[in-house]
Amino acid sequence: MADLIAEMRQAARRLLEEKKVDLIIGFEKGTLPLRSSPCFIRHPEDVDRLTWDSSCENNLAKYLPGRKEKIGIIAKGCDSRAIVGLIQEKQLEREQVVILGVPCQGMLDRWKMEQLLEGREVLEAEERGEELYLKGCDFERTLPRAELLHRSCQVCRHRNPVLYDLLLGERVAESPVPDEYAEIREFERKSPEERWAYFTKEISRCIRCYGCRNACPFCYCRECFVDAEPLWVGKTIDLTDTQLFHLVRAFHLAGRCVDCGACERACPMGVDLRKLNKKLEKDVEELFGYKAGLSLEELPPLATFRPEDPQEFIR
Amino acid sequence: MKEQMKYLKLSKEEMANLLDELRREFRVVAPVRREGLILFEEIGSGKEAQLDFGNSRKSPKDFFFPQMEVLFSYQLSDNELKIEEPQPEPRKTVIFGMRPCDARALLLLDKIFLEGEVQDSNYRRRREENIILALGCTHPRRTCFCTSVGGNPFGTEGIDALFIDLGKTYVVEVLTQKGEELLRDRLSEADEESLKSAERVKREAESSMGPQVKAKELADLNLLDIFEDSFWDQVHEKCLGCGICTYLCPTCSCFDVIDEKTDSGGERIRLWDSCLYPLFTLQASGVNPRPTGRERMRQRVLHKFKYFADEFGQPSCVGCGRCVVSCPVNLDIRRVVNELVGGKA
Repeated sequence: MADLIAEMRQAARRLLEEKKVDLIIGFEKGTLPLRSSPCFIRHPEDVDRLTWDSSCENNLAKYLPGRKEKIGIIAKGCDSRAIVGLIQEKQLEREQVVILGVPCQGMLDRWKMEQLLEGREVLEAEERGEELYLKGCDFERTLPRAELLHRSCQVCRHRNPVLYDLLLGERVAESPVPDEYAEIREFERKSPEERWAYFTKEISRCIRCYGCRNACPFCYCRECFVDAEPLWVGKTIDLTDTQLFHLVRAFHLAGRCVDCGACERACPMGVDLRKLNKKLEKDVEELFGYKAGLSLEELPPLATFRPEDPQEFIR
Repeated sequence: MKEQMKYLKLSKEEMANLLDELRREFRVVAPVRREGLILFEEIGSGKEAQLDFGNSRKSPKDFFFPQMEVLFSYQLSDNELKIEEPQPEPRKTVIFGMRPCDARALLLLDKIFLEGEVQDSNYRRRREENIILALGCTHPRRTCFCTSVGGNPFGTEGIDALFIDLGKTYVVEVLTQKGEELLRDRLSEADEESLKSAERVKREAESSMGPQVKAKELADLNLLDIFEDSFWDQVHEKCLGCGICTYLCPTCSCFDVIDEKTDSGGERIRLWDSCLYPLFTLQASGVNPRPTGRERMRQRVLHKFKYFADEFGQPSCVGCGRCVVSCPVNLDIRRVVNELVGGKA
């Protein structure tokens, strides 16, 4: 890890010194154990702020749309897929970014950790290979890292960046998980009533803070449908309003979502937002044979058409 | 009340019974574990109450200033307009397990909702009727900074009775008439030894608090020296512009009022709003005086630590640390305050 960080800082320094970019977007050390924080670096002397570990959980592609500068960006697999999507959707010129790809071993889920420790606070943490050492005021525990990864990381098939200008560190093995949709298949087997009850229970905790939307790299609309005039969707936390918000948002992400998990990581109420998005990802893959954010050439299925597209729904 | 302060005692095993007994007469709200989160909710059994927790994810502010509140509804039929106000909760509410920071936050909300020219009647009713049985913080978390903003892990402001956890028992500091009436016949007198232990627990908690946040120093800065500081150009950059920090906050008080209409009636609803949302200050003309994250972030920080402090002598922050814990990009308000002050020192 130390080698990777040194390589990262060196690459960033060179890009800034040679004026190939105006800005580096990466991660710096956070203020809490197992937290890092996005950072914006404009001067070569500041590159030592850059860091890398299993807490670099944000999707930095979020910060790209609308910027004018030339940007160097640290990108793990899912960030790189979001960058591909943003370029496809013309929110970004390929030439505007220098992608510093970082192979990713999966990011740690701090909410999961909190649940596992039943709310006890982690005061010290250390990654020790495949294990994670945690220490609090009245406990010490070593847990297997794999179990503490975000759900999206546990089934991620693109830990290595799919698009980059410079790869930092060594490529990693992709996930051995045989079926990334196992959880969705299980959910699909439930009755519509059970699925609706689950969705209702989850969304009932939504406080409409828009953390999910604002963390999502594909939620770049200048005016979100919930903020628009006339009011398409009510603004309250009544279930009808919150369910509609999440349903419309999920549909808007169909064929675009790269399952980076940013929405779920941001949600302070632990709402299972990923179910909706992953289900739509599966549908798009099954119907159109398309997976988002893998190729600059292929157009997203809902942005184009082919004569042989499924059309059983037209009656 | 101070001179005749009463100290009572309760064994931890008896807590569920006490809450069940209170439930016969009151709506009892307590911290519960729901889907892995600690949240304040009405309990259906004393056993549901969590006694060992850091703090709730969302603040218990909702029980005084709900996120969504119908102010009135109206119906139009046969050219007659009928206006109805919602009926208040018939039973009084006892909130058990509130942390001293969250209770103290109510005194700050009072300044907004009760101490101005206009009083908020719904808020006032809930403040008068709700009884607060707080739980002192034996183990303040590393994200807590109540002592930097005028509070204390065992602070008593805004509380009717404070429970102090001694491991197997609680010492209960009865602080108001309401607290005394509620508890005097239900609990026994505390003995000298428990009182000594309680003092020790308090001292240890206070000394375990992390480094101070320079809230006082920020309040003392001249606004004109900091308002246009280049600090604001970059500090907001990582902010996603969501409302998590403001919606989990026990002291944020901003709201919006909307009308939900049908062809024959409707409701006027008050909803929390967030200064980090672009719509917060968007005017009907299309002008937005806080057009970017820079101005919005500055508003949040300065409203809490400067404007409020200038007006009321204390910041609009009780150091609960919720925004520190839950910010998705770890934009830590403690660091923001300290860096702003540090840059001016």
